[in-house]
Amino acid sequence: MRNRDLSFWLFLTPVLLSLFLVVIIPLLYGTVYSFTNWNGLKATEFIGFQNYIDLFKEEEFRASLWFTIKFTVVSVILLNFLGLGLALLVTTKIKTNNLLRTIFFMPNLIGGLILGFIWQFIFISAFSSLGELIGAEGLQGWLSTTETGFWGLVILSSWQWAGYIMIIYIAYLENIPGELLEAAEIDGANAFQRFKHITFPLVAPAFTVSMFLTISHSFKIYDQNLSLTGGGPFNSTQMVAMEIYKTAFSENQMALAQSKGIIFLIIVAVVSLTQTYFNKKREVDL
Amino acid sequence: MKQKKIGLVLLEIFGLLLAILWLSPFYLMLVNAFKTKREIFTNVLGIPEEFTFENFNRAFVELDFVNSFLNSLFISVVSVAIIILFSAMAGYALARNKSKLSNIIFYFFVGAMLIPFQSVMIPLVSIFGQAEMLNQASLIFMYLGFGCSLSIFLYHGAMTGISNSLDEAAKIDGANKFQTFWHIIFPLLKPISVTVGILNVIWIWNDFLLPSLVIGEANATIPLKMFYFFGQYTKQWHLALAGLTIAIIPVIIGYFFAQKQIIKGVSEGAVK
Repeated sequence: MRNRDLSFWLFLTPVLLSLFLVVIIPLLYGTVYSFTNWNGLKATEFIGFQNYIDLFKEEEFRASLWFTIKFTVVSVILLNFLGLGLALLVTTKIKTNNLLRTIFFMPNLIGGLILGFIWQFIFISAFSSLGELIGAEGLQGWLSTTETGFWGLVILSSWQWAGYIMIIYIAYLENIPGELLEAAEIDGANAFQRFKHITFPLVAPAFTVSMFLTISHSFKIYDQNLSLTGGGPFNSTQMVAMEIYKTAFSENQMALAQSKGIIFLIIVAVVSLTQTYFNKKREVDL
Repeated sequence: MKQKKIGLVLLEIFGLLLAILWLSPFYLMLVNAFKTKREIFTNVLGIPEEFTFENFNRAFVELDFVNSFLNSLFISVVSVAIIILFSAMAGYALARNKSKLSNIIFYFFVGAMLIPFQSVMIPLVSIFGQAEMLNQASLIFMYLGFGCSLSIFLYHGAMTGISNSLDEAAKIDGANKFQTFWHIIFPLLKPISVTVGILNVIWIWNDFLLPSLVIGEANATIPLKMFYFFGQYTKQWHLALAGLTIAIIPVIIGYFFAQKQIIKGVSEGAVK
């Protein structure tokens, strides 16, 4: 097919049309309106960077951004540890490894909204019962403080996504030639040495992929936030996605919310691209 | 050798304990869904003294489950079918045209994957709202817009394994471009179509935010209905948990029958 072939463009029409109408035009439209006093229907005044200045002055937005960053850092680290750990477990010669894969992966298929509701029950009711049973004070009153809300979200997302990250690591672990590990074993390398010098370098590409996915998943989280903590207590566990939603649809400040959306896009793009760039570079070095 | 065997047994036990821990949220949901409102206050962790199905009956009715299920099914099936067809066409066209422009369009789609939903959500709703186009058909169209990038990327990758000589042979036989695609290329792309289908169905079936903005309560999908239901029965855990159980059942059944393909599809979708 060539550029001037009609068929080339016909094949692309449906996707180009939908991408433009659903993503590109709204993005351009929104970018322009973020510099005005837009109320969702019309804008009467061009106000320059005022919205962008206002959003950084807003305590609530800054708090949500900081909370999201903390959440992302902690959950990305945990998810990669858990995911790799589970993958190493189910690629050993244990008999139950297929069953275990099925179980660990299961939470991924269920929507974040539903899982958040289930865990709300667990953190509030089951944790306090368990706390009474074993005499642990720390299990009382979960989700009623910022701290427990934070860890609640971390636990939920680790439980939900660890199986997914596991699947990615498995794909790379199973590609490691068995002879390589056997040869090292014969040469007297112990399990830790084999992991450090053979397995780990060879799963480095998996690390790139799963870092990319966990960062973008964690940063954009919304459903779990809504159903588990609802942003409470006092909006202290509200993440950026939810803060933008609230600014737009509860407070009706469309232009301000849109400017937050643009900042969100810039952060997501910069973080994802930088991280992919550095990981790719590191892979080549190995 | 013997030491190794013991190690393996210990690992096996550890794995099973971890699996039990992993499933415990589902256990807690299920046992409490069978309890009366009063029993949940006194006995959270144990199995119910008396199993009651009353919660399920009420939740089933309140969730309008048959309708919400059919709405979810309709939206997911139609959206995924459209995504598969149109993304495969685009992936094929982009892979067969080696020009610079074609390359630019491809990277344009790839780049669009980075755009978070929250940065287009407000104008999207505003534009479609002003055109009075907030309905099921628009929702499906939006899923194509948000889902096509990753799908095109996967199809484009898969096309490298399909030789151009097939196209030429079809051309000599008098097939036009669409016939070539439909009869020759599309069947060969079936493995990747399965992957694309699985990835999109998981996402669309569970999506909450977009339908909550685009369709009304009359056409509510399962997550949307669940959200309203939960708001109505907040802190009435016996009903809420029964509703949650009902909402998950279709997914678990689907997983039971297609777990191999699902895990394979998810793995391919992420790794490529």
